[in-house]
Amino acid sequence: MSVTLPKIRRSSLPFDPLIILWVMLAAALVILVVNPLFRLVQTSLQDTDTGAYTLVNYVTAFSKPRYITAMLNSLRLGAGVTVLCLLFAVPIAWAVSRTDMPGKGLIRFLVLGAFVTPPYLGAIGWILLAGPNSGWLNRVWMSLTGAQEGLFNIYSFEGLTFNIAIYSFPYLFIFTTAALDLVSSEMEDAANILGAGILRTTLRVTLPMALPAILGGAVVTFLEAIALFGSPALIAIPARFNVVTTQLLQFFSQPIRAEVAAAYAVPLLLITVVMFGLQRQLVRRRGFVALTGKGGERRIMEIGPWRWVMFGYAMFILTLSVLLPYIVLGQAALSKAWGRGFSLDNMTLHNFTYLLFEHDTAAKSVVNSFTYAAAAASIAIVLGLSIAYIASRRLLPFAGILSFLCMAPFVVPGIVLAIAFYAAYAPPPFALYGTATILILAFATRFLPIGFANADAAIRAINPEMEEAVRILGGGRLHAIRKVIAPLMKRNLIGAWLLVFIPATRELSTAMFLYGPKTRTMSVMLMDMSEEGNFESLAALGFLLLAATLIIVGFATALLGRDFMLRRGK
Amino acid sequence: MTDNKLTLVGLGKSYGRVPAVEDVSLSLRSGEFVSLLGPSGCGKTTTLRMLAGFMKPTAGRIEVNGVTISSPTNVVPPERRGMSMIFQSYAIWPNMTVGQNVAFGLKLRKISSADVTERVNRILDTVQLRHLKDRYPAELSGGQQQRVALARAIVIEPEVLLLDEPLSNLDANLREEMRSEIRRLHDAFKITTVYVTHDQSEAMVTSDRIVVMNRGRIEQVDDPVSLYRRPKTRFVAGFIGRTNLLDGKRDGNRIVFPGFDVPAANAPAGDMPGASFSVRPQTIVLHAAPPADRGRTWWVAGKIEERAYLGEYWEYVVRPAGSDLRIRVSTPPNDMHEVTEDVWMEIDPARIAPIPGPNVAPEGEVQ
Repeated sequence: MSVTLPKIRRSSLPFDPLIILWVMLAAALVILVVNPLFRLVQTSLQDTDTGAYTLVNYVTAFSKPRYITAMLNSLRLGAGVTVLCLLFAVPIAWAVSRTDMPGKGLIRFLVLGAFVTPPYLGAIGWILLAGPNSGWLNRVWMSLTGAQEGLFNIYSFEGLTFNIAIYSFPYLFIFTTAALDLVSSEMEDAANILGAGILRTTLRVTLPMALPAILGGAVVTFLEAIALFGSPALIAIPARFNVVTTQLLQFFSQPIRAEVAAAYAVPLLLITVVMFGLQRQLVRRRGFVALTGKGGERRIMEIGPWRWVMFGYAMFILTLSVLLPYIVLGQAALSKAWGRGFSLDNMTLHNFTYLLFEHDTAAKSVVNSFTYAAAAASIAIVLGLSIAYIASRRLLPFAGILSFLCMAPFVVPGIVLAIAFYAAYAPPPFALYGTATILILAFATRFLPIGFANADAAIRAINPEMEEAVRILGGGRLHAIRKVIAPLMKRNLIGAWLLVFIPATRELSTAMFLYGPKTRTMSVMLMDMSEEGNFESLAALGFLLLAATLIIVGFATALLGRDFMLRRGK
Repeated sequence: MTDNKLTLVGLGKSYGRVPAVEDVSLSLRSGEFVSLLGPSGCGKTTTLRMLAGFMKPTAGRIEVNGVTISSPTNVVPPERRGMSMIFQSYAIWPNMTVGQNVAFGLKLRKISSADVTERVNRILDTVQLRHLKDRYPAELSGGQQQRVALARAIVIEPEVLLLDEPLSNLDANLREEMRSEIRRLHDAFKITTVYVTHDQSEAMVTSDRIVVMNRGRIEQVDDPVSLYRRPKTRFVAGFIGRTNLLDGKRDGNRIVFPGFDVPAANAPAGDMPGASFSVRPQTIVLHAAPPADRGRTWWVAGKIEERAYLGEYWEYVVRPAGSDLRIRVSTPPNDMHEVTEDVWMEIDPARIAPIPGPNVAPEGEVQ
């Protein structure tokens, strides 16, 4: 009814104590978001020796043809991954959301499996499957046909594109099912009654209604693909081509040229910002589903024998994405030498005991990953929650700016964020490079948007009248928060915390550029082991990471209900 | 002044230059039940939220027992006003049982726990929810949740009870039951009450006085009967019940409408050129032939133009002979006339209500 609501203040005091909170939150956001991004741009424009402003870093970053090629490779990679993801995700999403395809629970479960698999672990699985000659698929092919050479080579541009796609499509799947779930069956009935069959209805009515969401998801997929670091590092480097992220790694190998890396990263940041802007326009302007939204009964379509075709297709994709990689990773983790194949005398648990009790740093890296992730998740949630609360209750002015800053890291690729943190906090006086502090702060920043968006949703889910009822009956604001708001939000907040914690446990791209000898995370450890070719220990470590994740997800599912991860975040 | 419980003096609230509430002045006696009635956007909810202390006024002040609790410079926070409120969403806390919800306000008042239990039980008996004391709100029906909200608000015996469209989420039958319940509880506890609603029958059933608001201003404050019989503005005439608003002229002891005229029985003293008159559809009686005995009433010949059957009554549109006016008439279900039939409208001049307010177009009516 009203345009803006006024802020509520206790005017009996000369100044509002909440101002102190505001200042603290603003300071936190300056440390986490504003300063690093500012320093990134500043560093890219400064001469390292004199500190004078110059464009020389940009000239260096874009002078060599191979630097340009790496950029173009990234764009091609992003486009290829996006197209593949559309082919994988949309049909499966449609079948799960709208049809009577059998085994939907299994399909959803496997999609969740693909979703929680760190892409670098999937890449390692596929190195074991499709490495030239020694990969399992190639060995099967050669033994079946007697061919001298394998059929597949993961160490190729096509291999990399495919590999990223099978671990990126769950995101698009979530976007698409969320949109399709909102299309009322009456929309389809209206087309049917006018004479359209199932295929025509789907292509002309159902999918176009979900199109903005699908395109929005496609943009995000593209951006995730070009920002990805782990899979390209594992596949592109041995295949002797570069993408932006691996090129950045090279600027960061000794001697570190952070200023050139910064200059090289700025265009990536700009592309991302522009494309996210585009995505928001897409989703906002053509929000058909949002308009016709809720209401309307939903029934599933009967598609006859095609339901088995769809089931087969979904299972095929998910076999490639989840089942096969996990079989070979499992075999490697339990083998003395993975190349010797599936046999009892090759089996051992030594890889696990080695990691946990003998290896110098592996056990420490497990502890690091989980403590850093827990700390980062806690920071992100506390910060996001506080800002979401004062913004939604309009307690203080300029809360909108704080909210905006909370969401800003969403458009910053992890690797760019890492370089920004390096630029801001590696030099004196902070000299935080390689410390746990910088890793935790960087992780917190990276996942702050997830924390904020979920905390905000949790607050919006509570009618402000719940709180007003406490106050009019005589309880103060803090009393209301303690007795009513906190208990009501508990479940949602645990969910939000986990949604930050889980990705933070496997975060690679920021860790890779900021870790020190004592602060390796599991993800960094995995990359090191792959460089050593130690796939048995690597697979075992991967399983430790997954087992821990599964236990947490299982616990959360029991507590919060199924599907809490597959729900669309925003 | 001194026996007034709650006083609003020139209360106003604007957002930038847009006024939401303007110059609202009102006094409530102790124990009085007053409704704020008006279409959405009329400022009634804003006024209520200022009463509760959730909003700061930009003009005027609010007093309770002669003490200012809200002014543009100082607002006593909601928790220190000794009021209670029933919200549109009920705002029953789902993490507490019915008993805990009701006990909440009492516990904040440092009352001994035996006393709390006793008072909670007594109020739950009053709203007939004692048997549900240990249930959680999610297990209750809408009407039961409404009763919990009532019990929770009343149990602390507030200085002032505020209700914000409390029945708008209930279905029609339950709404009728609950509005009587609210009045019954008011009669039992005599709490000074301000009730916000857009539903005129809710306001009529529950209230001692009704404040009709439109566009942020008070149109009229009156008891339900006076409000209906003698609306002071075109807006009130149109908003409270259905009516025919006729532009007429006072000519001596007659009121002249375009095409016919009636004796001015009830018109105010003084000359009123170009005034409006409100004639309720159900105050007109239709006759198939000219009535023999005129008595105190008057009749006008006309023709039926349209009719509609609504079960409980007929609704006719009658055009008086020699006039372009279309007059709506409600009659009992067995009073049947055909379209194009000639009829005679019997009008009691005493029931023609002149509207003394400025003769402006009734813009607010359609909001």
